[in-house]
Amino acid sequence: MAIRSFFVPFLLFVLCFYSSLCPVLSLYEDQVGLMDWHQQYIGKVKQAVFSTQKTGRRRVIVSTEENVIASLDLRHGEIFWRHLLGSNDVIDGIDIGLGKYVITLSSGGSILRSWNLPDGQLVWESFLQGPKQSKSFLLVPTNLKTEKDNEIVVFSNGRLHAVSCIDGEVLWKKDFEAESFEVQQVIKPPGSDLIYVVGFAASSQFEMYQINARNGELLKHESATLSSGFLREVSLVSSETIVALDSTGSILLTISFQNGEISFQQTPISNLYEDSAGPAVIIPSSVPGIFAIKTNAITIFIRVIGEGKLEVVEKTNHETAVSDALPISEGEQAFALIQHAGGEMHLAVKLAHDWDSNLLKESIKMDQQRGLVHKVFINNYIRTDRSHGFRVLIVMEDHSLLLLQQGLIVWSREDGLASIIDVTTSELPLERDGVSVAKVEHNLFEWLEGHMLKLKGTLMLASPEDVAAIQSMRLKSSEKSKMTRDHNGFRKLLVVLTRAGKLFALHTGDGRIVWSHLLRSLHKSEACQSPIGLNLYQWQVPHHHAMDENPSVLVVSRCGPSSDAPGVLSFVDTYTGKELSSLSLAHAATQVIPLPYTDSTEQRLHLLIDSDKHAHLYPKTSEALNIFKREFSNIYWYSVEGHNGIIKGHALKCKCTGKVADEFCFDTRELWSVVFPSESEKIIATVTRKLNEVVHTQAKVIADQDVMYKYISKNVLFVATVAPKGSGEIGSVTPEESWLVAYLIDTVTGRILHRVTHHGAQGPVHAVFSENWVVYHYFNLRAHRYEMSVIEIYDQSRADNKDVWKLVLGKHNLTSPISLFSRPEVITKSQSYFFTHSVKAIAVTSTAKGITSKQLLIGTIGDQVLALDKRFLDPRRSVNPTQAEKEEGIIPLTDSLPIIPQSYVTHALRVEGLRGIVTVPAKLESTTLVFAHGVDLFFTQLAPSRTYDSLTEDFNYALLLITIVALVAAIFVTWRLSERKELQEKWR
Amino acid sequence: MAGIARLLLLVLMSTVPLFSSGSRTGFTINGRVKIPHGFGPKGFTLPGRMSNVKVILNGGQNVTFVRPDGYFSFHNIPSGTHLIEVAAMGYFFSPVRVDFSARNPGKVQAALTENRRGLSELVLEPLREEHYYEVREPFSIMSLLKSPMGLMLGFMLVVAVFMPKLVENMDAEEMRRVQEEMRGQGVPSLSGMSPGGARN
Repeated sequence: MAIRSFFVPFLLFVLCFYSSLCPVLSLYEDQVGLMDWHQQYIGKVKQAVFSTQKTGRRRVIVSTEENVIASLDLRHGEIFWRHLLGSNDVIDGIDIGLGKYVITLSSGGSILRSWNLPDGQLVWESFLQGPKQSKSFLLVPTNLKTEKDNEIVVFSNGRLHAVSCIDGEVLWKKDFEAESFEVQQVIKPPGSDLIYVVGFAASSQFEMYQINARNGELLKHESATLSSGFLREVSLVSSETIVALDSTGSILLTISFQNGEISFQQTPISNLYEDSAGPAVIIPSSVPGIFAIKTNAITIFIRVIGEGKLEVVEKTNHETAVSDALPISEGEQAFALIQHAGGEMHLAVKLAHDWDSNLLKESIKMDQQRGLVHKVFINNYIRTDRSHGFRVLIVMEDHSLLLLQQGLIVWSREDGLASIIDVTTSELPLERDGVSVAKVEHNLFEWLEGHMLKLKGTLMLASPEDVAAIQSMRLKSSEKSKMTRDHNGFRKLLVVLTRAGKLFALHTGDGRIVWSHLLRSLHKSEACQSPIGLNLYQWQVPHHHAMDENPSVLVVSRCGPSSDAPGVLSFVDTYTGKELSSLSLAHAATQVIPLPYTDSTEQRLHLLIDSDKHAHLYPKTSEALNIFKREFSNIYWYSVEGHNGIIKGHALKCKCTGKVADEFCFDTRELWSVVFPSESEKIIATVTRKLNEVVHTQAKVIADQDVMYKYISKNVLFVATVAPKGSGEIGSVTPEESWLVAYLIDTVTGRILHRVTHHGAQGPVHAVFSENWVVYHYFNLRAHRYEMSVIEIYDQSRADNKDVWKLVLGKHNLTSPISLFSRPEVITKSQSYFFTHSVKAIAVTSTAKGITSKQLLIGTIGDQVLALDKRFLDPRRSVNPTQAEKEEGIIPLTDSLPIIPQSYVTHALRVEGLRGIVTVPAKLESTTLVFAHGVDLFFTQLAPSRTYDSLTEDFNYALLLITIVALVAAIFVTWRLSERKELQEKWR
Repeated sequence: MAGIARLLLLVLMSTVPLFSSGSRTGFTINGRVKIPHGFGPKGFTLPGRMSNVKVILNGGQNVTFVRPDGYFSFHNIPSGTHLIEVAAMGYFFSPVRVDFSARNPGKVQAALTENRRGLSELVLEPLREEHYYEVREPFSIMSLLKSPMGLMLGFMLVVAVFMPKLVENMDAEEMRRVQEEMRGQGVPSLSGMSPGGARN
């Protein structure tokens, strides 16, 4: 009897037990890719060099604006190898030396490195210094061969170096110390031993140095003065002629320095092109005999004929891009020209000396969402019939990289995703009757077969083929990449805004791009010269009513780099990726505040603060205005002025007065301000709680059945300030002159709730705020280690509610309203620990109901993401916890935080160039979705307290079935046995 | 422990005051990351494994890479106290504190920050290897028994063996009463398996 009644709860118990046993936190190697995905990018290509040796794989070496050098497979566009240089180590030039070394010049021309072409191993590194800042040039001439070595010519920091290609040894150097000399070009004519260094001095003087490339000897120095001066840009039209513009931008100067003699030729642009108005700009290029200027959106191609005579070959008002010249045979050079016309893109490859005929002319249909062509790189190959074929690498406006060959796009890379500015999420459409789901469900037999395979796997009976079958079955599970909402909330769209002004929607299941949209409002236009995307907000999240509406996001951007430039708003439907509308604002958007109110169509109300401290309400509807007026007196916000160390609190005052008479515009008033003394404190970090964070309970039961109440106001701001001296690099200050002060400030009243000083500490500070605690990471100069501190803040005013009698008699204050205007009785607890690594970003896991315990996600300097249980950062940790505290789960205090390799959520992967970590709750309480972005993207699901509310992926149903069958069989057998025994007993 | 890869980070400090002109003066830090041949955890023995080693100064102020022989250098570093970190997948390196004294050039101190061990010879051993994956336990009867199904079966067996013993130990009077009860209920049947049918 006991068995039967016990069986069911027992079964439930073991199931729970089993699921909790499963270590979800740490991964088995064969689980990689089940719940996570990783994508590698390089960023917008700045320069590309082809390596097409007859032997070996064809590849292209690129340097990018994300500071990456990479070797890509020319056939498929995959990355062979890639290095991300430091952020101060900007790449100035790349080239290939001796056919097997990639030479890079970086850090303003002071670091020259050579990498092994096949595997990207650093071969040598040279540090080049010079007397002064200057432009830098990297030349790898092919004719300067001495035995097996090749010479690299580098001009940087006002000094010309010749460096050996084999070992990076500096062979000779030559200084150009003339005070005002500004180098414009370093020219190495092919087939001679001369180097020309040309530039301007004192804005009206042209200087030319002729140098022997073998030993650096100065052969000739000439200069000539031109009264009208020069503009900076020059274009090289032959190895001994350059073209520049005078300081007004209306006269073209052809400067030739043949045989060391400088001669000028002046040609007013109006002579060549009558309608020219306004100053022209030279488009930098290096096609022999031809250069291009741009005036009033018209591009003019001009040919240089003979002694400085100029001739216009083509005028076009289409957007164009020109490649550099490519020598294809003896004395012949080809270049590629791309023009946009309508939705098509015309590619022409021409010989440099023959404009009118084309070697190649192709029209390519280009996706509108890629925008214009920004850069073109050309490469040739010999076809089987010995004619020349060309392949062209193009960089588009959205930073994507495409290879064109024979009129087709051979491959494309979405490298815009390497520079994500902001991330938000959107739900997928609901599963409707029309959407067929039946196909994905297996029939019962297949299902059983799959589980039998899994069972074999667990029992270690599977053959290698079976193992492979299991793996592919798990990876291909179509369940996770469906385009509909799922019950657990694992499938979502990640909407990301990139620096190129393009929005992408990525599916969380497999990371594929669902749609992408180049925002028209972020397009360069007359009204908006240099638009910058800033932030993404969830504009409309339909759930209860307005179910038929599609969700949409709000993209806030502004025209220009200064914060008072006018803002632009765009609204994008997240199901279709269409831009619903866009608004060019008359005012700036220095601050965007999503309000916790929505209208009847679930549009969220947003308050935009402009640079004159007016508040503007969006959406501009009367309904929104009514909702807003009801909450008028409850809206507070703060602003941080980092440069002068002031934090201010604001509230709304009244409708706008003065010339901006608008129903949706409001005047604001300043409520409070906290001024930090500028001589001793400088704000380096401010962090507040996430707006959408859910806290499950305010009460925290501690060991001895006592209760503490968390202080969970959403209006607490964490501010970290450092001594102005200590705001620089590590090692620039002594511990005595550096300190870090952490504040907790109430943003409604401006009251400082807590203040703590860390002497001998220094930034950078990375902090995260959640519930009633804040964790921050900084550098401790005394110990010379990184440290992490935690501050927890508790509400004391409720602390005396512990008495049961008071609760029974109703004398508690639990239901009394909380007002921030009453002085809060808070206590804080804090503790500090050492942490080994530098940190790039910190985030905290967030779950749907906030019940699951939290983990900190720490992006380390090695571009990995470490999950660290919040229990390690508990101020109540002590060296010898009492028995009761141990039971509660308090970990004995150690001086440093543990780094467990298995708890890296990125496991053996690197999120190169990590910049941010975003966590999104899934519908399933135990699980949170984590998205880490940098140059690479990484996504995974995490269960900080393990998946206590669902069976894990590898739960073995077959084993369960077998056990149940075995149990039933056993019951039958024992039943039979007992019947027989009973019978025997009766006979006895 | 013998199997643990022994990596050596030899930080050879040379304090050559570099070219100085105007305000630009700096030291050069030369060091070495040495991975002896034949080592490396599984999955990281890639051909270009040295090419994935990054050396980071002061939390990202400078980043450099190591040459095939493990040497690396930082140029134009001001005097003061600096922190060098090594990022190598699969290995855990302690950050190194390096002091350049401005007052007497040439005096350099280096120490591991994790265990505060000074590096007079400037030899840094890796603190440990890092394995990012759990290792699957090989199949064993114990693990099967420990699984919930195994526990269930085990429980069944225990009950089947020990319950009769318990029944034997009951005194005759009680036994008879229980048997009476059982008879009243009838023989257990499969319909009684459902939770609703389980009366007790």
